[in-house]
Amino acid sequence: MTTTTSPTATRWERLRDSYLLYSFKRDLIAQVSLLVFIVLVAAAVLAPWLAPMNPYDLAQIDILASELPPFWIDGSDPAYVMGTDSQGRDLLSTILYGARVSLIIGFGAVAMQAALGVCFGLLAGYLGGRVDAFLMRLADIQLSFSTLMVAIVVGALFKAIFGGATYSAYAVPLLVLIIGLAEWPQYARTVRASVLAEKGKEYVDAARVMGLSSRRIMFRHILPNTLSPIFVISTVQVANAIISEAALSFLGLGMPETQPSLGSLIKSGFDYIQSGSWWITLIPGLVLVILVLVINLLGDWLRDVLNPRLYKG
Amino acid sequence: MSSTATSPAPQAADPLLSLRGLEKRFSLSGDFLEQLKFKGGKLVREQKYVHAINGVDLDIQRGEALCVVGESGCGKSTVARTVMGLITPSDGEIHYGGERIDDLSSKALMPYRRRMQMIFQNPYASLNPRMTIQQTLEEPIRLHHPDWSPQRVRDQVAEVMASVGIAPDWGARYGHEFSGGQRQRIAIARALAVDPEFIVADEPISALDVSIQAQVLNLLMEAQQERNLTYLFITHDLAVVEHFGTRVAVMYLGRVCEVAPTATLFATPRHPYTQALMSAIPRLEDERPQHLRLQGEVPTPVNLPSGCVFHGRCPHANARCRSEVPTLIATDEGGQVACHGVEEGRI
Amino acid sequence: MSLLEVNNLDVRFALRRGDVQALRDVCFSLDRGERLGIVGESGAGKSVAAFTLLNLIAKPGYIAGGSIRFDGQELIGMRDRALRKIRGHRISMIFQDPMMTLNPVLTIGEQMVECLKAHRRISSRDARAISLRKLEQVQIPSPSARLDQYPHELSGGMRQRVIIAIALLLDPDIIIADEPTTALDVTIQAEIMALLLELCEEHNVGLILITHDLGVVSQVTQRMLVMYAGRVIEQGPTREIINDPQHPYTQGLINALPQMATPGSRLNQIPGSMPSLDNLPSGCAFHPRCGFVTRADGSTRQACHDQVPGFVTSGNCQAACHMVAEMIERERIPAEEQD
Repeated sequence: MTTTTSPTATRWERLRDSYLLYSFKRDLIAQVSLLVFIVLVAAAVLAPWLAPMNPYDLAQIDILASELPPFWIDGSDPAYVMGTDSQGRDLLSTILYGARVSLIIGFGAVAMQAALGVCFGLLAGYLGGRVDAFLMRLADIQLSFSTLMVAIVVGALFKAIFGGATYSAYAVPLLVLIIGLAEWPQYARTVRASVLAEKGKEYVDAARVMGLSSRRIMFRHILPNTLSPIFVISTVQVANAIISEAALSFLGLGMPETQPSLGSLIKSGFDYIQSGSWWITLIPGLVLVILVLVINLLGDWLRDVLNPRLYKG
Repeated sequence: MSSTATSPAPQAADPLLSLRGLEKRFSLSGDFLEQLKFKGGKLVREQKYVHAINGVDLDIQRGEALCVVGESGCGKSTVARTVMGLITPSDGEIHYGGERIDDLSSKALMPYRRRMQMIFQNPYASLNPRMTIQQTLEEPIRLHHPDWSPQRVRDQVAEVMASVGIAPDWGARYGHEFSGGQRQRIAIARALAVDPEFIVADEPISALDVSIQAQVLNLLMEAQQERNLTYLFITHDLAVVEHFGTRVAVMYLGRVCEVAPTATLFATPRHPYTQALMSAIPRLEDERPQHLRLQGEVPTPVNLPSGCVFHGRCPHANARCRSEVPTLIATDEGGQVACHGVEEGRI
Repeated sequence: MSLLEVNNLDVRFALRRGDVQALRDVCFSLDRGERLGIVGESGAGKSVAAFTLLNLIAKPGYIAGGSIRFDGQELIGMRDRALRKIRGHRISMIFQDPMMTLNPVLTIGEQMVECLKAHRRISSRDARAISLRKLEQVQIPSPSARLDQYPHELSGGMRQRVIIAIALLLDPDIIIADEPTTALDVTIQAEIMALLLELCEEHNVGLILITHDLGVVSQVTQRMLVMYAGRVIEQGPTREIINDPQHPYTQGLINALPQMATPGSRLNQIPGSMPSLDNLPSGCAFHPRCGFVTRADGSTRQACHDQVPGFVTSGNCQAACHMVAEMIERERIPAEEQD
């Protein structure tokens, strides 16, 4: 296969001629998903500037304005476009801040999973033998505990030892740690499988014959060639991590209500559905569903593009 | 007929590489738990092996091209990979320039890594797809000459690219942008980049088209003359061997059955297997295939036949062939052959 | 009239950069019982030609023009049902990888019986008897035991024999063999080729042998085509082409073989490599690699650069080359002047 790219093509020209961009231009779902995703992320990141109120600032909260409906329902207050929650916080602002927390935890946890999983997967796949057996059994054990179980144990222990106040202060890093620890085997297994496939290729033999160290071969030669599956699994894992965090928060094991994530918002509104204030739960729930959906759709598209069997065949 | 000396013939002094009783077994049985089997009501531990190479003795002289030929599964590639240290031998010794190298640590092996290089079969897999040609060629030089300045490394790369006929502007491109023959040139350039004296080439042209094969073979021969290289050349193509090899070793089922200077081997093949192999080459001259048919097929290397590994397919086999393993003996023509029939003067 | 006639066949692949022409203007014919070799390097289009004959060309490939007439019937545009009666029945195919044809979960016997019953009204017992006879014909040891074995229990050479038996099952008129022995060792390759040759002669079956190996073609076939970059560039009786090739590419291909040079000397190489089909040179596709674009007197033959050469006849062979055309022209003029 020869391509028509000139030898002096810049990175930008390579991207422009690449299959990635070509298929993106032809895939409406991917384009819409990316657009929605970018809007959501931008809104979340810019929450302090975009949001009408700061839900963390107790001074701005008016308890008398609690449970106001969104603007299209009678009895709404034009100051609160999406209505307010049970504590009188502006729902739009709370959702923006909450999405920020959810995304931070989602990406943080995935970064942690990836770091652990890629290292363990590379070691297991490249060294093989006992290292492989040990790490993969460890992964099996880890997977046999569900994320929730790990979170319940670690979260409960932390709360019991350090108290609720300390827990609130460290909730974000703690959740990143819990979800990161619980799901690294997904990465390790994927990376190990691709390493095993790459290890048999002759360029790895060529590097060994050259006399390169195992570490250099693993990170410089094999790792760059296993990036495609890592990218694909990362999208799925970000979505999973956001869902996990929401589930934990919904069960009261995640973010405290003072720093709500999407999950704890859904939970805080859940008690008021019976009294007719459905929007406190439904609107953040909808945002969560859309966020996870677009990430998964992007992941599907990426998997189709990066799967060499579909276009090289 | 032939001499009856049973020890290997005295070789010219000081071979560059010598293999002594090299053996490699690959376990088929997995880990300890998988080896446990119930047999006759008892729990026994059972291990199965693929006997890839079984006692190979070979000497490679400086400046020659020793070709190893044989059919798939005969162990020729395992020999190449063992020599390069990609596989540790189960038994036997490898000496390079008089020093034993098969038991060295990877650190102690480094000076030898620079002197021995390898060219692989599949040019589509032997270049790292995420590295540019320049990076690919610079890497071995930087590793073996950490004290060189970046400019000197670049000069060396430019020189080696020119010597294999790669245009300088290829450096910024990736391997997948090139055809098979061009990639194999790049792979050869990578091997030559550290100025080795010995090159193992494992089927370097079998994945290439006919017109490209000639280009690559010419390149390898030019490099040999210019740089005074020694080759261990693994191939299944006897026509290439006849053209390229100084000496030829024919392997069957993990053993060397005949070693001889190329012209001698093609003029007077002694081992019955070599004779069958020679007659199977499709030639342009004859209109009808006139090949010696062998009975049966190559046995599996898991359960090796007793005695001579070839006895099951050999038209000349007798009781001795079935029980006693033949060793290499010198022939009058200057080669060595491992065959009881030749030794007894029957063939 | 020939059994199979292919005229002006054009095959294209619809790719995202636009259409790529895989075959251009391919013409050849095959008589009953004749053995034809199609030779070329990878990318020359020889396998595409084979697949097109049975209309097995897969998307994004499509037939853009031309005709394939088999026994008087036009195959291009034929309905699938009618085509299936010909495919596998009157024209059968042998692939490079036996596992492409053999189903790993069925025994050899089951596959052969199924194939027979798909094309003929026949009892299972008769089908089995026919299968056994075919296995005997391909000289498989203990054929009745093989019928109940699975493909993975056989060695590569045995599998290829089974494939040949399946190809012969319905007594076809033509067998198309696409690199049938490339994956096999030399000794087994020699046996399989000898077997194929013997069976074709015995049953008067036509053979289209697609290969890159000139040695195999010279031993097995009577006529051959040489393909380059999607075109046929030379055709004629095999022996004449091997002994006296006209086209510079064919010459280069034959001269590049190690057996054509003295051991240890430089091989005659063709410079460069086959162009990719989406970026063909103008004029004769071979001209950038050809040593005859410049005439002996130093002048450039401009036609090579900007005109696609047509076939010229030289003896029993035809070659598509401006240089050959010019030589023939030059020989004719002095001969006429002498009269």
